[in-house]
Amino acid sequence: MSTETVEKEPASKIDLGPEVAGGEIPTFDITLKVRRYNPEVSDEAHWDEWQLTMYGTDRVLDALHKVKWEHDGSVSFRRSCAHGVCGSDAMRINGRNRLACKTLLKDLDTSKPILVEPIKGLPVEKDLIVDMEPFFQSYREIMPFLITKGHEPTKERLQSAEERDRYDDTTKCILCAACTSSCPVFWTDGQYFGPAAIVNAHRFIFDSRDDAGDMRLEILNDKEGVWRCRTTFNCSEACPRGIQVTKAISEVKQAILTRKV
Amino acid sequence: MATPTIDSPRSGRVSPGYSRTSSSRGNFEMIAWLFMRLSGAILVVLIFVHLYINLVAGDGITGIDFGFVAGKWADPFWQVWDLTLLWLSMLHGTNGIRVIINDYADKNSTRMWLKGVLYTATVVIVVLGTLVIFTFDPCPVIDGVAHVADYCPAP
Ligand code: HEM
Ligand code: SF4
Ligand code: FES
Repeated sequence: MSTETVEKEPASKIDLGPEVAGGEIPTFDITLKVRRYNPEVSDEAHWDEWQLTMYGTDRVLDALHKVKWEHDGSVSFRRSCAHGVCGSDAMRINGRNRLACKTLLKDLDTSKPILVEPIKGLPVEKDLIVDMEPFFQSYREIMPFLITKGHEPTKERLQSAEERDRYDDTTKCILCAACTSSCPVFWTDGQYFGPAAIVNAHRFIFDSRDDAGDMRLEILNDKEGVWRCRTTFNCSEACPRGIQVTKAISEVKQAILTRKV
Repeated sequence: MATPTIDSPRSGRVSPGYSRTSSSRGNFEMIAWLFMRLSGAILVVLIFVHLYINLVAGDGITGIDFGFVAGKWADPFWQVWDLTLLWLSMLHGTNGIRVIINDYADKNSTRMWLKGVLYTATVVIVVLGTLVIFTFDPCPVIDGVAHVADYCPAP
């Protein structure tokens, strides 16, 4: 009887210097400034600020939790998964759109106050909570679901690895609205479909199993559609999933052109 | 006491500023987008040849005077060249400003006013420019006096 020899896992290559004692996490002090707005109290927004002692492993979301749980329970923000999956907590941190749960405090300049504001371009409801309904309305309009013609296949709908790869990037969207709310065109004209709707249309337009690409291209050929994009690249920079948003928009533009011209 | 009814805050309500109301004007925006790129590519050639001929070639900038312009416009080749340059750059520039107005004005009335001024200016400049290129007379006769330069045919 012989058993296969199982290779032992190699030892960790990371060498923690002698100065790092096990389990010890460095702490530092930060100033957190949060843009507050409560229409039931005042029509004016204002800044509130707190001094907090945080750990090197903490994220902006942990700082917000600390404030909400230990200092001021009225601070309002959305979050659900706390791990960059659900897309609830996109906010403007030091002037850039990011997920609070994916932004480590130590990566920000902790010598200055850390500014946290709601994402721009959508109506603020309270503190960091914005009305996402216009955003989802545009998302619904591009029909983000598989549409096919003909009969159900008797097997699963087959697709080659290359065909799957064609739209892989845009499958990663978590609908956080960081892109749409970073777009200067959307800031002044909320009727623009916005990058997120185009990204999610791209995901189906270039899916070989889907048959409604033409309909989606027609929807995005609107005067508030892809042609409003000015290739500013704010969206690509904001996307917490690293989606090449501007590239996806260009590919949709290209698809509309080659279909029409 | 009757319980006050509160509208469900999530009952499909979209703030009015966000709903797309006006219908799309066919392929206009697509054509405009394409035009910006095509005219841009042509403008590169038109503009740089224009700059080279006027400012570098021959006597350079010191050679530019009434006679230089008159000489160029006596040639149908440069008439067509300058006409194309005028029309393409005006339409290209106008559409560029139209897009900027759409991007930055946030009231529909502001948009309308700014575009009104823009389109009026464009029409005036294009019409005036076209007229000048075609009706330009290098040897005008003013009040019966011929302004003859050395390049004019003898009267
Ligand atoms: C040298 C040749 C030129 C090239 C290659 C070129 C190319 C372009 C392109 C591709 C755009 C579209 C940008 C976008 O959609 O985001 C644009 C915009 C614009 N162009 Fe030109 N162009 C040229 C010359 C001119 C001239 C001579 C004028 C002025 C009459 C002009 C005025 C504008 C304006 C006002 C805009 C809008 C600004 C913007 O989009 O940010 N361009 N140009
Ligand atoms: S494309 Fe990126 S930034 Fe935009 S909604 Fe999706 S995940 Fe968020
Ligand atoms: S809380 Fe889910 S993405 Fe940040």
